[in-house]
Parts: sequence; structure tokens; C-alpha cells
Amino acid sequence: MLGEGILKGLAETAKNFVGSFFSAERMTTVEYPEERIAPIEAARVFPFLVYDGIEWDAGLRCVACQICEKECPPKCIFIEKSKDKKPDAVGKPQFYPTRFDIDISVCMSCQICVEVCPFEAIKMDNVFELSTDDRFDGLLLDRKQLAKPNAYYHQIHPTEAAVVEARLAADRAKSDAKQTAAAIASAIKGAERPLPPPTTGGD
Amino acid sequence: MKTVEEIRAAIEAAVPGAGVGIVSNPGPSGQHSLRLNPSHAAAVAKFLRDDAELALDFLSNVTGVDWPDKEIAEKVKVSKAVDGVEQTVEETRKRVEPGCLEVVYHLFSVARKHGPVILRMRTVNRTDQVELPSLTSIWRSAEFQEREVFDLYGVVFTGHPDLRRLLMWDEFTDHPMRRDYVEPDDFEYEPTAHDAVAARAAAHQEPREGKVAGQ
Amino acid sequence: MTIPAHAPEQLKNWNRPRIIEPGGDGDLLEVAMGPHHPSTHGVFRMDVALDGERVIRLKPVFGYLHRNHEKIAESVSYLASMPYTDRLDYICSLTNNWAYALAVEKLTSQEVPERAEYLRVILGELTRIQNHASSIGFLIQEMGASGTPLMYAFREREKILDLFEALTGSRMMCNYMRFGGCRVDASAAWLDAARKVVAGLPGFVDEFDQLLSSNEILMARTQGVGILRPELAVNAGVTGPMLRASGINYDIRKVDSYGIYNRFPFRVPLGDHWDVYDRFMIRMLEMRESIKIVEQALKDIPAGPVMDPKAKIRGFRPKAGEAYGRIEAPKGELGFYLISDGGPNPYRYRVRPPSLINLTVLEDMCLGSDIADVVLIFGSVDIVLGEVDR
Repeated sequence: MLGEGILKGLAETAKNFVGSFFSAERMTTVEYPEERIAPIEAARVFPFLVYDGIEWDAGLRCVACQICEKECPPKCIFIEKSKDKKPDAVGKPQFYPTRFDIDISVCMSCQICVEVCPFEAIKMDNVFELSTDDRFDGLLLDRKQLAKPNAYYHQIHPTEAAVVEARLAADRAKSDAKQTAAAIASAIKGAERPLPPPTTGGD
Repeated sequence: MKTVEEIRAAIEAAVPGAGVGIVSNPGPSGQHSLRLNPSHAAAVAKFLRDDAELALDFLSNVTGVDWPDKEIAEKVKVSKAVDGVEQTVEETRKRVEPGCLEVVYHLFSVARKHGPVILRMRTVNRTDQVELPSLTSIWRSAEFQEREVFDLYGVVFTGHPDLRRLLMWDEFTDHPMRRDYVEPDDFEYEPTAHDAVAARAAAHQEPREGKVAGQ
Repeated sequence: MTIPAHAPEQLKNWNRPRIIEPGGDGDLLEVAMGPHHPSTHGVFRMDVALDGERVIRLKPVFGYLHRNHEKIAESVSYLASMPYTDRLDYICSLTNNWAYALAVEKLTSQEVPERAEYLRVILGELTRIQNHASSIGFLIQEMGASGTPLMYAFREREKILDLFEALTGSRMMCNYMRFGGCRVDASAAWLDAARKVVAGLPGFVDEFDQLLSSNEILMARTQGVGILRPELAVNAGVTGPMLRASGINYDIRKVDSYGIYNRFPFRVPLGDHWDVYDRFMIRMLEMRESIKIVEQALKDIPAGPVMDPKAKIRGFRPKAGEAYGRIEAPKGELGFYLISDGGPNPYRYRVRPPSLINLTVLEDMCLGSDIADVVLIFGSVDIVLGEVDR
């Protein structure tokens, strides 16, 4: 029959149209921004800097090694290293970045900075509602805007953060064990006394 | 499939005096190439396409490569008069090895399902003698790709049916993929490249208030 | 297909577009289709000369999306070029990643662990399925179907993109393949979610097929339109579904057998009539074959590492040499030609773009047909401007 193919197609469209009132499978959109879909856990948008503890300035994990700046493909990270060292969250004196700017109008969310950071200091955020009316300043994020607490990292990427915590705890345990071993060795050395001279037999 | 040496032997047998050389590939991929003489390139290409055993009927890729002039410093022993006495002294002489533009062709065979066979051709220099024969009449797929090599490198393909720029606009005057290409300073937006590029662009922009990247 | 050396003289220009003499005594109408055009798949212009409604001459104009990808690659490291390859064929970012990783692995003779090869096949074939569905959807939209089949295709595509996001972090710009494997491993939960999505795909392809393949309007508009002769297709370097629709059995997954494709039995559909309808049906059938491959790969995927432990991420300096690596991307043969001089950046980095080379024969296919068919023929080539212009 002429038109059979078109009728079959119309039956298909009708099935989808009527079905969208009954089955969630066929109704695939939500009315954003009143309804939102929960973000997928691994989603990445722009980077942020992780800090431990309460104080963002004191707890920043970044030690300004500038590896992320060198590896970034569009070169959107700008870092200036400090001249002095500051104790970090575990008390060890480290360099810190006096300037850490990311130009998110250039950043392409490739996540290479996260991959190459040896200190777990930079991670990917998943906030995408970042529109601003200032095309230059509004999209140049500085150190303060980029710093977010470790608790936030656990909130947005729980599985990944758990793996990172385990790795950091293992590193800390290893360095603690090394420190304790070194302390014991130096204590033994300090407590060594010269042996008494051997006694010969009676005269 | 035949090795590079066997293919060269077959070419020399079919196109005598073709002057095909072998360019060996030092890396582990094992893809060696044949260097063609531009004067015989069309005849060799026709043979490669029409030969029953090779049947290289499919030109996959045409690439341009820029080899700029190289300054080589050599240590030469010369006899010079030092304080009135003839002595042999080592002197560093600099000479410039002229560069060239190279075009690389990757061929496969759809009929025999083998490949790649890689051909190379070099121009005489990078300045005024940049002609090479076009292989578009033998493989149509070279048409757009040779136009792109002309556009971005400046190689002039003689015998190409429609040689004009492909990716850049027609009034553009430079060849951007060459190693000595200097891009213009006057970027429209703020470039976020570092240091030298940002400084060159800043000369053309109005001074901005607020945050500026990297300062 | 070869032309014998003793062919008669009138076949001398057999691979050039034929010359059509305009009839009548009027002028030719020159139309610029694009770059602002709803049906040109991106910023692309065609200068068409018309005699009434018949196409006399068609010259494509490229370069509106040229982003000097190849020159950027010469100034950044090999790893940093990987996110830029996502943006070549921006609909199929994972196959672009795979082609680049394959070329670098050829350059350095790098081994890839087995689980990574299975993941590459799964993601590559899922990419092919969503690309062919979108391509058919766009073609039908250009025919005037106002986007309904396109939105059905996109509904399935969203499920596949959700899988990509859960594994790689991003829907489209995945940046997932590395030289020597894949960036992160897929968890058991992800593989289960993938199996669920793939279980729903045959039903979707059946629905899609029923909606479109026997539609009389579609058949009237596409059958006999845009015929591409097989010998011209091979000589012009056409690859992918366009070549197979012209009857040539050349699928790089079968010819080169890269990765572990020789473990998956799949058929290669070929076309008989070499027209737009054949290209449309080839893509539909290839979706079915890809579903079979993904189902088997999801069943057989072994445990193990996804990255060769000896592979380097930073400080990667391949030995001097060159390599050409290619894969069967959804659009055709995507190849990367790399020349290394031993440094951290490539000396020459070249992308062999299937979309640009498939457009070589656009003029030949459109000559003599009506202007309305140009949009359909162009849609059946299935290009993405990111790849054409790089």
C-alpha cells in the first residue's frame, strides 16, 4: 500500500508521544532550573585548590612546584612561587604560591593538571553555573576563589577522595615510620657509652 | 607485501633512470620511505598505481614538512701562522646547510589490502625553487591535500588543476606552518599565553583595570 | 580499482569532475551556501553555480574553523596534544584519542595491556553507535523532518554520553586514552551500567529502522541521488561508510586488525546502488554490528591493569623516527602522522582528516542534480568541521 512506510513511522511517533505521559523512559527532559539532575560523580568542569583544615591560607596543599603550569596545554595557569617557606597542614615547612591564577575562559577542562600534580593539591570541581558579565576579570580566578576545603572534595567526588585519602595516609604513615626509625637510631647513637676495659686475671 | 628494497627494484625495472632512494626510519615503527626524484615522480606514481602486484590505488595522506636551514659548526684543522711559526690549529667554521620543503605521501592498496608505502619528495630550497609535480592526475585524493600543503608551506605543485589556498583566506600572504612563521601581535582578545607573547600583544591593547593574568 | 595503463584517450580525465554545459541562454545563478546555514554541519561554505535548479559547478570553501591544531602540537608535549584531539571530530572524541594514542604507540613500540584494549573497543564502538545515530538524525532533519528522529537518536546518545561522563569525567571532550592504555579503570558498577544501556540499544535501532527505512518520502528523495562510482571513490581517497556504500569492502578494523578487533566477528555491510539511501542504510546496519561487538566485549573483558606500568606520563621523549597510525573512525580513516626528533614535542604532527578527503568528491556527486539534493548529498557525507579544518 502506498504510504505504508509513513504510517509505520507515525505509529512510532504516536507511541513515543503517548508513552511520554506514562513512562519515565520516554520523558527524558527535566524543567531546568526548577528541577535539577544530580551531577554524575566523575564530572569535571574547572579546577580548584584543596586545603586541609580550617584556614585556607595556612592549609593550602599546593607547594608551587609549577608542574601543572608547565603541563597545562593552553597555558591558563599562572603561578608565582614564594621566597620563604611556611609550615603546611602537617607542620613541614614548604614553599607556597603567592599567586595562583587560572583563566577559566581559556581552561579546557582536560584535567591534565590534576593528573600530574604530585601533591594532590589541585582537583576538578563540578560547578558549571559560572556565568558573569565581566568577560575578563570575572573569569580569572585567583588563589582565594580557587581554594576549597578537603571536606568539599569529599562531598563532590566521594570515591575518588577516598582513594586520595588512603594514598595520603599511607604516605604520611611511611614518612612517620621513617622519622621514628631515624629518631630511634639517633637516640641509640647518643646513648652509646664506651665499653669498660676488659679485666685481666688476678695478679 | 614487498619490502622497500623490493619496491625500489620494481620501480627501477619499470621506470629506468627514476633515481629512487631509500630513506630509512630510525624509530621502531619500521615504516621506511622511498625518496622520489621530482622529474620522474609522475611516471613512478603511475607505475605504483597500475602495477598488478602493488596496486597502490589509494592515496591516504599528503603531508608537508619544513626543514629549515641548519647552521653547522665544524672543527677544522688549518695551518696558521702563530707568532711567525707555521702551526696546525683547530678552528671552528660555521656553514649553513640549506633547508628544503618536503612532501610525504602515504599509499595503501584497497585491491590487495596492504600498505603503507611511503613516498617523499624534496624541493631544492625554501625560497625560490619550491616547485614539485602534482600527483592529482594519478590520485584524486591529492587535490585538497596538495592545496593545503601549498597554503601552509608554500610548495607550488605544477600541474595541479586548481592550486589556491585551502584553509587560509585568499588574500593571506604568508605560509603559517613554516617553522619561521611569526604570528601577528595584535590579538583581538587578551591572550593568556605567557611572557613574551603577552607582552607583544599588550602593546596593541588599551590598558585594562582590574585583574590581568600573570601580573 | 585500477585504470589500465593502455586506457583510451577519452578516459584521460576520468577522475576529474565532468563538465556540464548550461542549457538555455540565461546567466548562471551563483549561490553561496553557508557559512551561516542550518544544514552545513558547521561553518562551511559551498559556492554553487546553478543553471535554473541544476548544479553546474560546486566549489567548497574551507577554513572557517581552522584553529592551527597542527602547529599548536609542535609547541606542546605529546600528552598535551591529547585534549586537542578531542576537539577534532568533536562528536567522536574517544576515537580521535584512540587514533592518536595508536600513532604514538607505533612511534615507540609501546605495549597496551589487554583490559585497556577491551575498554578501547567498548568505548570506540559506543562512539560509533552514537555517531551513526546522530548522523542519520541530522540527515533526516535536513530532509525536513523537523528533528523528531534526531531527538530519538539523541535520547539514546544521552545514555551513552552519561556512560562516558561516569568513566572519563566529561560527556564529549573525554581525553581518556593514553600512550600505553587508558587513563582510569572502569569499575564493576560502570560495566553493569554499560551492559544495561547496551541491552536497550537493539530495541532503539529497531524503532529507528521502523520509523525511517521504509518511509516513502525518504526513499523518493534519497534513492538514485548522489551516486559515487566505486573507482572514483577509491581514487579520491574516500573512506568509511561512504566507501562501503559504493560497494568497496575496505574496513580498517578488518584490514589492519588493530587492537584486538580480530577477536570479534562482525559483518561489513556494502552498498549496491552507491547513492544517499545506501549510505543511510549502511550506517543503520553498522550500528547493529557495533552493538554485537560491544555486547561481546562487555562479556569477555578480563581483569588487569589499564595502563602499562612502564609508560611515562611526564617527560615523554620518543626516539627520533616517524610513524603513521590509523583507525576506522566513524567518519572514515582517521590517521596521525608523527615525526619525532627525540625531543618532548613532536617535530611534525599531521592529522589525516577523513571528513576533508571525503569532500573531494562532493562536486562530482552533486553535478547535474538539483540544488535541493545538494543538502542531502552533503549530509550523507557526514562531516564534522572540526576535523575538516582542524
